[in-house]
Amino acid sequence: MPRAFVRFAVRRTLLAALTVLLVSSAAMALVRLAPGDALSDFEMSLEAAAAERERLGLDAPFLTQYAAWLGRAIRLDFGQSLKYRRPVQDLIGERVGNTVLLGASALLLATLIGLPAGILTGSRRGPLASLARGVSFALLSIPPLVTSFVLLLFAAATGLFPVGGMGALPGGGSIEVARYLALPCLAIALPMAAVIERLQSEAVRDALADPSVRAARARGCSRARLVWRHARRLSLKPVIALYGVLVGTVLSGSFVVEIVMAWPGLGALTYEALVARDLYLVAGCAAAGALCLSAGVLASDLALAVADPRVTEPS
Amino acid sequence: MTLPPRRAAGAALLGIVAAAAAGADLLQVHPSARQFRDFVYAPPMPPRIVDAGGRLRPPFVYPLRLEDRLERRFVEDRAQPMPLRLFSGGALLAADGPSPWFPLGTDGLGRDVLSRLVRGARTSLGVAFLASAGALLLGAVAGALAGYAGGRLDDGLMWAADFVMALPAIYVVLALRAAAPLVLGAAEVFWTMAAVFILAGWPLAARTVRAVVAAERTREYAEAARSIGAGTVRLLLRHLLPAAHGILAAQAALLLPGFILAEATLSFVGLGFGEPIPSWGLMLQDAGRGRALAEAPWLLAPAGAIALVVFAVNLVASERASGASPRYSRDKSLW
Repeated sequence: MPRAFVRFAVRRTLLAALTVLLVSSAAMALVRLAPGDALSDFEMSLEAAAAERERLGLDAPFLTQYAAWLGRAIRLDFGQSLKYRRPVQDLIGERVGNTVLLGASALLLATLIGLPAGILTGSRRGPLASLARGVSFALLSIPPLVTSFVLLLFAAATGLFPVGGMGALPGGGSIEVARYLALPCLAIALPMAAVIERLQSEAVRDALADPSVRAARARGCSRARLVWRHARRLSLKPVIALYGVLVGTVLSGSFVVEIVMAWPGLGALTYEALVARDLYLVAGCAAAGALCLSAGVLASDLALAVADPRVTEPS
Repeated sequence: MTLPPRRAAGAALLGIVAAAAAGADLLQVHPSARQFRDFVYAPPMPPRIVDAGGRLRPPFVYPLRLEDRLERRFVEDRAQPMPLRLFSGGALLAADGPSPWFPLGTDGLGRDVLSRLVRGARTSLGVAFLASAGALLLGAVAGALAGYAGGRLDDGLMWAADFVMALPAIYVVLALRAAAPLVLGAAEVFWTMAAVFILAGWPLAARTVRAVVAAERTREYAEAARSIGAGTVRLLLRHLLPAAHGILAAQAALLLPGFILAEATLSFVGLGFGEPIPSWGLMLQDAGRGRALAEAPWLLAPAGAIALVVFAVNLVASERASGASPRYSRDKSLW
């Protein structure tokens, strides 16, 4: 492995770790900044509340509290959730897998639809390509918030798919999980497939105008080979670069879909934690979310570096 | 200057929506908060021009009669068509008859969906427009400062911008919103939301403006302006920032739909506007409740409105000048 690549990978990994630290710290600071705390919703006397705050360490100055939390977090102890009275890492462990499952399947589905569609619209004219282009343009305007409602309506009207939730048993058969996964996954994947299609289409069109492709054509390459081999390779780079951005889009979309469709994931948990001012749970969720995000971006960066070694050179 | 047809269509659509929001008082058939106890989940009553006997007549609607209160079953009363009249009872178009007219049906409290939709357009689009303008302004200032000054300030500002942009936007908005008191009055919600959106949205504009200003400031015309004594502020405002205006317009087309969605999401989860101020997100909250969707699919009207506005903005932004095209850049939308 070339040294430039290793240095690039190390730098990016450190950056990802820094992001996780910063995001969870910022989330914690924001919750502390907010008026009220986890106890303000409970009916209790001022003395009892003060005693409880002292017991939970909520009355300590922020920096003391933060230092204590950081010290424990490094040892992977993220504290107790004030709302659920359970360790934060247990709560997150139950949820993060669901979000990763939803996000990864949505990303995969969007790729499976978007990439071929983009190659089609980028390389051809005709009714089929026009149709794909039109559908894609319309889907670009329909965010997950809207798609999830429309899909729910479809589920309620036809009864083909369950309306929300994740089934009785999370560990139930994979067919059962897939049935529940279908709609939330589609709700995120459809708008994203449109984004991928638009970019892939433009990249293929540019690639087909590239001198190397024209040279291949002059050598007598077949049209299919030109598009699916030469142009596809050239168009790989901008599309891989897009995935670094899409990971964030997936997480945003997943938040909305988890709440509309009652998918028990990290987004819904983060929301609950924020509203309950559950300090440690917020910080834990932020750390887990940032970890998902950074891992996705890192994977995309490394894939890009493999596809185009030039990106490992410092700009 | 003539617009390409797609952009013209988008601009026309946006104009219609803006006019509907501005003229909400005229368009709403009933006060948006009025509850019709006998018309809970009443279906839409489309205007007709052909009556039950197949005869053509001036536009009219059939009144609804509640047949079964428990099952919420309504029947059209074919015997008494109500003619539609222009400018009657303070509304642009109203039905003339004993029974109320609900063009888009009613919600679970018996409120007219159309009235709430046009009222909600004011709140939802108002916040989004204000926040877009604010984010562009803040982004332009930060970007101009960073691009012009360079050095540490540049590094610091752009690092902050990159950090915010790398995070999923909805979480940034959510976390910032949660730092404000959870329960707020209507006006406070409006300003809090706008402020939160501006804080989440400025980096997008700042990044691009910085790139333009940093590139343009070494050009001959900037040099010339400086040499005849133009000060920093004048140079930025009169010479450098105008070079970024096309790019700023492109950013607006990304920010506005994102903010409309952010409002809808926040109000949907209960951190945005609350009753009785209608907003599109709040209306969607009603639609998401229990079996409302199966019983009253017309409650999805605000989802349609959101898609329509985003579609219109996308139309306007399509085929933009190739120089301002953000392709391949790490631009992201806010959802």
